[in-house]
Amino acid sequence: MKTFKLGGVHPAANKLSAGAPIEVAAVPAMVAIPMAQNLGAPSKAIVAKGDKVKVGTVIGEPGGFLSSYVHSSVSGTVDKVDVVEDATGKKVPAVFIKVEGDEWEESINRTKEIVRDIKLDKQQIIDKVKEMGIVGMGGATFPTQVKLTPPPTAKPECVIINAVECEPYLTSDHSLMLAHPEEICIGVQILEKAMGVNKAYIGIEANKPDAIELMRKTVAAGYPEIEVVPLQLKYPQGGEKQLINAVIGREVPSGGLPIATGALVQNVGTAFAVYEAVQKNKPLIERIVTVTGKSVAKPSNFLARLGVPIADLIAAAGGLPEDTGKVISGGPMMGKAMPDTNSYMVKGCSGILVMKNEEARRREAGPCIKCAKCVHACPMGLQPNFLSRYSELNMLAEAEEERIYDCIECGSCQFSCPANRPLLDWIRQGKPKVMGILRQRAADAKAKADAEKAAKEAAAAK
Amino acid sequence: MLNVSLSPHVHSGNSTQKCMLQVLIGLCPALLWSFYQFGSGAVIVTLASVAFCVLFEFLITRFLLKTPSTLGDLSAIVTGVLLAFNVPSNLPIWIIAIGALVAIGVGKMAFGGLGCNIFNPALVGRVFLLIAYPVQMTTWPTQAGYADVETGATPLALIGQYINGVANVQLPEIMDCLVGQTGGSLGEVSACALILGGIYMLVRKTITWHIPVAILVSAFVFAFLFFGFDATIAVEELLCGGMMLGAIFMATDYVSSPMNNRSQLIYGCCIGFLTIVIRRYGAYPEGMSFAILIMNAFTPLLNKYVKPTRFGVVKK
Repeated sequence: MKTFKLGGVHPAANKLSAGAPIEVAAVPAMVAIPMAQNLGAPSKAIVAKGDKVKVGTVIGEPGGFLSSYVHSSVSGTVDKVDVVEDATGKKVPAVFIKVEGDEWEESINRTKEIVRDIKLDKQQIIDKVKEMGIVGMGGATFPTQVKLTPPPTAKPECVIINAVECEPYLTSDHSLMLAHPEEICIGVQILEKAMGVNKAYIGIEANKPDAIELMRKTVAAGYPEIEVVPLQLKYPQGGEKQLINAVIGREVPSGGLPIATGALVQNVGTAFAVYEAVQKNKPLIERIVTVTGKSVAKPSNFLARLGVPIADLIAAAGGLPEDTGKVISGGPMMGKAMPDTNSYMVKGCSGILVMKNEEARRREAGPCIKCAKCVHACPMGLQPNFLSRYSELNMLAEAEEERIYDCIECGSCQFSCPANRPLLDWIRQGKPKVMGILRQRAADAKAKADAEKAAKEAAAAK
Repeated sequence: MLNVSLSPHVHSGNSTQKCMLQVLIGLCPALLWSFYQFGSGAVIVTLASVAFCVLFEFLITRFLLKTPSTLGDLSAIVTGVLLAFNVPSNLPIWIIAIGALVAIGVGKMAFGGLGCNIFNPALVGRVFLLIAYPVQMTTWPTQAGYADVETGATPLALIGQYINGVANVQLPEIMDCLVGQTGGSLGEVSACALILGGIYMLVRKTITWHIPVAILVSAFVFAFLFFGFDATIAVEELLCGGMMLGAIFMATDYVSSPMNNRSQLIYGCCIGFLTIVIRRYGAYPEGMSFAILIMNAFTPLLNKYVKPTRFGVVKK
């Protein structure tokens, strides 16, 4: 079975909610839809207090090139445009909507019927994806229309669907595949059409045999250009670079775009959202989210509207247990610890993980015994022990030489360190500093080249 | 109030203590064999060595450094067992005490304790004793017991005499070396038991194969070249003396060995080469300890200049 070539670790899978059906989460009396739900510039709210909205009404416009539309996930009246805290505690603007009934925009096809015929052409698909506010659903929330428009030098060859779900605990992608296999395949075809390619792979880790079998069966029934690729269980296989490496054996060049390998990677949830957007005219107003944890009474997969309070979802899964020490947005390897449960559902939230007090605490760090387990664990071929030390001592030239900028922050090093050293904490301190130096150097070089060119032209003009 | 920290939020559960415990378990087969082969001598020497190593680390942290005790990481016990493995089973206790003091005091704590030492502490102790007490350190019991036991030549000495043309010298039997029915340091005699412990550590991922395999392959090749193109002697060079103990347990010491696969292969090949050169052309019949200590000194250099295979970087 295939997998990526370097490093990787095996955290306990703990897929507690695997097999739990997708439940529709209740719509509360009031939702707060944050205007910063994508990577890049936040969206601009275009509604004001008192405006009536329906499910699917645009309430936020892109705030830049790398940005997205945001739609109302409920019908009702805009109560206020205010500030809320996102999962990391950062303040972001949000539209509060008082829910009245459940009236949808008429343009949305709400029937259960599967629409197989793709009528839109390449550009229309990209425009539609933008209009419907689709972003990367794996957690990175990169605006999909931008990803579907690679630089003209790129030569796309295939689409790779990320259905790896290598983060422990999370099962949202798994449950999506079991519920909507054919829609996903049509979504993949739409992505192929948008990229002008005729080959697609769906990468699924071997701990989801039912999903592998179902997707294979679905593909065999009429999607011959799609290949389901079972992958050996190993974290961080869902990382874009690792997935491309695992599926087609190529390596994304350091500092380059993934598309340089000819592969466009999209999350399986994104493929489904693209299907709904293009075939059903449905904007991204809800997503599947896993609410789980060892102490959670009923680990669940919810289909939740955007803007629903996180606390409501935890309550629906049995409530926040007494001994909770940490609540994480996302999985335990790369998710973000939330300061409280007062934030709201967003497009990138694939899971809410509740950890007990005893699980939440880090053990005390000891001296590095140079066992090299971090070196063996690193999927990028880095030496995290040195990177961490260089960051700690602010030795940025050495950190650059050790390629700190290649770090994908997967956490495999810190996970495997027997001395419990906070390796990634330190690397995160040094990496932006080195990136800043690299950017400054590139800018200086460009300025110098421009000045020389201008001088040459001036000389030629004389 | 919820805990907030950066990812990752889970840990493998591995610890320094667990790693050291795995090494101790890996040492068990050879330890048991030494009890069988050398009887009370092996028991006394091992207990004394471990006790002195633990005692000196305790005293140093308590009264010199005034820092919390580091005995819980079990590394002092590992050093104690390894030091015992590297000395004859009839070594007087006062010499063991000096060896333990040098190993823990000079080899480890003087550099700043676990993780900071440049050289393998047990080997620092061993080599100090070898130079300071050459007679006691090269008298090899060939039977069980502690005091007044019969002593004899080690297989390496026999090979040395054989290759130098001393009359009436028989090469040791390969089977004896494999099982461990020969004279030698307490823990080094049974290649079989050491390999068994090594397999355990490989399975538990305590160590990787790179250093041991590199040492053994390179030692075999150079032994074949330097010992008259005789495959039997080359194999015996691998099975006798400190080769297996060194390759599996001493050279793989985390702290003093380099950190990526490539540098570990280079490190191992150099140890194999140096060992054979010292055995063949040096004043001592045994070269493993010196070879490892020499390469320990090169570890920082290897760490600096030999980089692991990078992801996404094409060689120019």
